[in-house]
Amino acid sequence: MGKIEDLEVINGEGYQLTTLDKAVALARSNSVWPLPFATSCCGIEFMATMGSMYDLSRFGMERMSFTPRQSDLLIVAGTISKKLAPVLKKVYEQMAEPKWVLSVGACASSGGIFDTYSVLQGIDRIIPVDVYVPGCPPRPEQIIDGVMNIHKLVKHEPMRRRYSEEYRHLLGNYQIEVTNADNDK
Amino acid sequence: MTNKELQEALEAKFSSQIIASEELHDALIIELAPNDVHGFILALKEDNALSFGFLTLIGAVHYPDELNREFCVVYHLHSWKNAIRLRVKSYLPKSNPSIQTITDIYEGANWLERETFDFFGIQFEGHPNLTRILNMDEMDYHPMRKEYHLEDQTREDKDDRFFGR
Amino acid sequence: MENAEERIYTLPNGHVLSKETIDGDIAIVNFGPTHPATHGIFQNILTVDGEKILSSEQTVGYIHRAFEKLAERRPYNQIAPITDRLNYCSSPINNIGWHMTVEKLLQVEVPKRVQYMRVIIMELARIADHLICNSIIGVDTGALTSFFYPFSEREKIYELYEEMCGARLTTNIGRIGGFDKDFTPVFHEKLKNFLRTFPKAFEEWNGMLERNRIFMDRTKGAGPISAERALAFGFTGPNLRAAGVDYDVRVMHPYSSYEDFDFIIPVGVNGDTYDRFMVRQEEIRQSIRIIEQAYNNLPEGPFHADIPEFFLPDKKEVYNNMEALIYHFKIVMGESEVPVGEVYHSVEGGNGELGYFLISDGGRAPYRLQFRRPCFIYYQAYPEMITGANISDAVITLSSINVIAGELDA
Repeated sequence: MGKIEDLEVINGEGYQLTTLDKAVALARSNSVWPLPFATSCCGIEFMATMGSMYDLSRFGMERMSFTPRQSDLLIVAGTISKKLAPVLKKVYEQMAEPKWVLSVGACASSGGIFDTYSVLQGIDRIIPVDVYVPGCPPRPEQIIDGVMNIHKLVKHEPMRRRYSEEYRHLLGNYQIEVTNADNDK
Repeated sequence: MTNKELQEALEAKFSSQIIASEELHDALIIELAPNDVHGFILALKEDNALSFGFLTLIGAVHYPDELNREFCVVYHLHSWKNAIRLRVKSYLPKSNPSIQTITDIYEGANWLERETFDFFGIQFEGHPNLTRILNMDEMDYHPMRKEYHLEDQTREDKDDRFFGR
Repeated sequence: MENAEERIYTLPNGHVLSKETIDGDIAIVNFGPTHPATHGIFQNILTVDGEKILSSEQTVGYIHRAFEKLAERRPYNQIAPITDRLNYCSSPINNIGWHMTVEKLLQVEVPKRVQYMRVIIMELARIADHLICNSIIGVDTGALTSFFYPFSEREKIYELYEEMCGARLTTNIGRIGGFDKDFTPVFHEKLKNFLRTFPKAFEEWNGMLERNRIFMDRTKGAGPISAERALAFGFTGPNLRAAGVDYDVRVMHPYSSYEDFDFIIPVGVNGDTYDRFMVRQEEIRQSIRIIEQAYNNLPEGPFHADIPEFFLPDKKEVYNNMEALIYHFKIVMGESEVPVGEVYHSVEGGNGELGYFLISDGGRAPYRLQFRRPCFIYYQAYPEMITGANISDAVITLSSINVIAGELDA
């Protein structure tokens, strides 16, 4: 195991002492499996990020899962229209906890240049977003920066956060029910 | 074939139906009454010399200020044999914006007419499935008409005062 | 089901099937809108009998961004960024097509050098578009490697765009009347490198798929369409050429000096997926030929037309010259005067005839701008292409007809 910061690590013959939170967070952050929800131009830049020049699989994102149940990170890249909004919400609800959302591009973050009657002005109208990557489209380096910020969030997240009252209140703002194994905490 | 020759050929064959014809920026534009459009386009497709066998585009324009001629349906036709394009226009009144469909002549007119209906509300009689195609099904107005705004008026995160509107 | 003898099934589109045509149960499969194989967001509801597709219903409009209404608000030079987002895999073609439309309305003739520069940029964009489409056909047959090889070649094309305009994908390249700067020395260097190294890399990638037994077995006979049906639906571009009809806007109505160049139009036989793949591969080779001819014969001259009302004057002039200051102000504020008129111009995009129908009433923004989007027109034929095929063939057909969601919905 690597060096765990601000923790007393007691090294012994074949063992190391740390907290479960840190160990689980380290494992989670280095193997985030994304669900690319790519709609338009940002989707092509995302594909270029996955390509061999800007290789996203260096960061543990080798396997692009296209099923919500087996993914951790929902990457929304591209414009979301009002017609597509219920679909996006359904995909988000189908994902299993813990889940993070990365909003790539100006259109997903705020509607972008399309301030029109048919475009949803930002996906944070319907689902909670963790990291926003601005740009139209953002360069692959920016997308990688967004992904690294997600890793930072994952690494520092306490294990019981998803069961907390705060989290349920946050999702309640979006009218999303939190369904956990022991949600009668 | 030049536009002049095409204009003369058309006026020789369809002089009773053509209301106006002019040449603008290297394209010939023919105006017809709504009832004549279907027959005209069919005749042009079947004619061996003119042979307009390709439908390029169907669109509409909204002129709110012209009485009884508010909607203009524009058909773009293309003859490959003569390498020439033709634009056919027909003006429809707002009270009854309906015109016969040309899906029986060109299969590709299906979605083009649906899109025109979705944006402007023009009824194409005889169309197999005239429903909304690009906008949401629940939308109850036709957005490309000039009286409607571009932006969604119910949005609260953008203040129009700062956008120069 | 006991009483199978009398059972008659009515499909959603009204078609009635009798017991003879179905030997089991009918399932309704939802193919989209978010599906790894639909490259873009469009939904197909398939009615299948086992694996065979009986009919399909389509829903589009999931990424409708109201380009045509947006264009009525923006001045002419600000519409170029939204034309980028039509077929975003080859956005320079869209931009240059728009600039040519406005020049047609203004009746402006651009210098020969600008026309050759435009040809080079447009053919690079066509190569980029076909590289994506063909690599995705490979991915959908299971050859994931065929995705990585062309994408690293696309990076070279992106570098060329960046040198010209600063952006990789949605380029907003060029201006009304020409380009904002000439080809820089770095661009010349990179283009020479590209022309030297790309054909070898392309043939290496092509060799993986072109005569590959598995690929040919998968794609031959998948999603065929005959030439008559393709013409009735209004197909253009590689899909029509794969069906056997050699219609190309660059040849029938040459624009921007295409008549000076010597290239062939590849044509297929059956209109199935293999033919579409091969037509696009050959078009990439022809585009390289055109770029070489244009680059070797690049004429000297100015890199923009002399239209001060639309083309921003040099910054030194703006600071010293009153007229230049006024032109600069009017162009940036979008108050240039455009004559009244209407014009239709079309270019050969990556997917076919991309047309712009512009009606101007003399104001600062168009009165009506309509895009003739080839994807929208030929996607209507998709149910016909997949009826009777397996679901896996439907997947490959969808990726081979190259439907780009931005162009489908506008």
